[in-house]
Amino acid sequence: MRNKSDSSDIAVSVRNMTKKFDGFTAVDNISFDVRRGEIFGFLGPNGAGKSTTIRILCGIIDITSGEGLIDGHSILKDQDKIKRITGYMSQKFSLYEDLTPYENLEFYGGVYGLDSRTRRSRIEWALNMSDLAERSDDLTSDLPVGYKQRLALGASLLHEPSILFLDEPTAGVDPSSRRSFWDLIYRQAQSGVTVFVTTHYMDEAEHCDRIAFIDSGKLIRLDSPGTLKRADLREDIIEIMADDWMKAFNALREKKESFGEVSLFGTRIHLRFTGDDFGDIESYLIGNNIHVESIRPVPPSLEDVFVALLNPYKNTEASS
Amino acid sequence: MIEIKGLKKKFGDNQTLCGIDLTVDSDIIFAIVGPDGAGKTTLLRILAGIMRPDDGLINILGHDIVKNPESAKRYTGYLSQRFSLNPTLTVAENIDFFGTLYEVPKSRKEDRLKRLLEFSRLGPFKDRQAGKLSGGMKQKLALCCALIHTPRILLLDEPTTGVDPISRRELWEILYDLLAQGVMILVSTPYMDEAERAGEIMMLHRGKTLARGNLEDLKSKFHHKLYEMVCDDGRKAFEIIVGQLGDDRVVFFGDRLHLALDSEQQMLTLKTFIADAGLKINSLDQISPGLEDIFMQELLYAK
Repeated sequence: MRNKSDSSDIAVSVRNMTKKFDGFTAVDNISFDVRRGEIFGFLGPNGAGKSTTIRILCGIIDITSGEGLIDGHSILKDQDKIKRITGYMSQKFSLYEDLTPYENLEFYGGVYGLDSRTRRSRIEWALNMSDLAERSDDLTSDLPVGYKQRLALGASLLHEPSILFLDEPTAGVDPSSRRSFWDLIYRQAQSGVTVFVTTHYMDEAEHCDRIAFIDSGKLIRLDSPGTLKRADLREDIIEIMADDWMKAFNALREKKESFGEVSLFGTRIHLRFTGDDFGDIESYLIGNNIHVESIRPVPPSLEDVFVALLNPYKNTEASS
Repeated sequence: MIEIKGLKKKFGDNQTLCGIDLTVDSDIIFAIVGPDGAGKTTLLRILAGIMRPDDGLINILGHDIVKNPESAKRYTGYLSQRFSLNPTLTVAENIDFFGTLYEVPKSRKEDRLKRLLEFSRLGPFKDRQAGKLSGGMKQKLALCCALIHTPRILLLDEPTTGVDPISRRELWEILYDLLAQGVMILVSTPYMDEAERAGEIMMLHRGKTLARGNLEDLKSKFHHKLYEMVCDDGRKAFEIIVGQLGDDRVVFFGDRLHLALDSEQQMLTLKTFIADAGLKINSLDQISPGLEDIFMQELLYAK
């Protein structure tokens, strides 16, 4: 169970963290806590301040004001220590394609300054974990994407960090590799590693214990995916099935201002309904000679939540 | 309108496309979904007439594209993954440049530019340098460039990779507009949830078609019953279920589990095991499979 909340269980604690670049506020007065062993999702539009926050938490850049503790170490004073206890893996993997998996791990072992005994045992661990023990002498460039991804994970865990940062870790890998990757991540979390995930991939975000939505440097919302989907949508998502779905879809798009945004899912129409009574939708469609087969509210997806939470902010930004 | 038979392409030892057959004959948004290395980009490049296949037939709007790749360029607009905009030219200048490349007559260029700026909502930014646009706006501009010669078919290679969900929805709005204007759209994506928006879907894996059809067809191919379970201790429940069924049938998400089961009986048996371990099931619902569930299943069958 990871729902204890006494302070010794807090791995990351951030208070009023602000980062300004030349008058531009990239991170704006953010506060949050992450529990040890939690998988913590970081979501937001491009340019929301996600990468800046992560660079701060890895000890790479300074903050302008506020404070933060990583495993009890101050991000203001103990940056060197923080670099040693954090691991980072990006979608681009940062592996040397013309080296073997073994050589890549050997290289990272050197970067992290592991002594030769520790290095040997950790490399062996990483090769087993990534299922590469048999292929440790192949060229990295010859490995399927799923293996490269696990190798990159192994490299980022070589120095046994207590906090692991993952940047869109499974973008572009097939679903079965993605699922085995997440099994590995859960195992790490189980053993007490705290995992930070940033992604645009709602499938990845669904795997998180809690999700923080960031926009224009501000923390907008922080909760579990389940709670977000249940509680955070002001509009209902209405699913409409009609005999001539294309005609129905185009008719509804014309009424976007009064009914809400529409999208297609196969032959089903999803409407983010902003009106009061969805009987209005039905009468409108019937008035257009469209036979409605069914019309009912459906549970929102995490993407629906994302758009509903962040769209208002986006609109004010665009008009300013 | 598009007919492909036995399409093959090899790069070195790597058979990127292993005999693709495909017919798309109505105006729809057609999604090609698959992981990196599935062959999505190669397929689209061949259709755009910028790469030659090793073998196979392609007919686009009655033209043999394998014999005469140049004719593909007249009917298709192609947006590559790394679109090549000139960062020092303005929005309007970039579109104009592509108009010249595609030999759009001067008399029509002005009018089309106006319409493209309007529909992409890039009008207010027409004098801004392309290099100074946000990611989402750059992509819209690239799309305008691919549309300047009013192609009948639009080929989009992973237009939403690395794009946040809001910009992604905006792009789909534009695609719906184009569809309503009678443009057929082939779009590739690694995102399963995104492919669900398309009228028809082709699942591609290592150069082979895993499955094809509209969302309803594909969902009906799913042979298990899919359940969503929320437990007090999801990870412990996960371990118990893996112990019973192996790890092919259960996926753990942050606060819930998805189980692909053969029967209700199997569910009842599992419930007993979970109760015996002292865990409480907070909710249990049968849910509709997503494309990812179907992709996983087809992948297992293909092996």
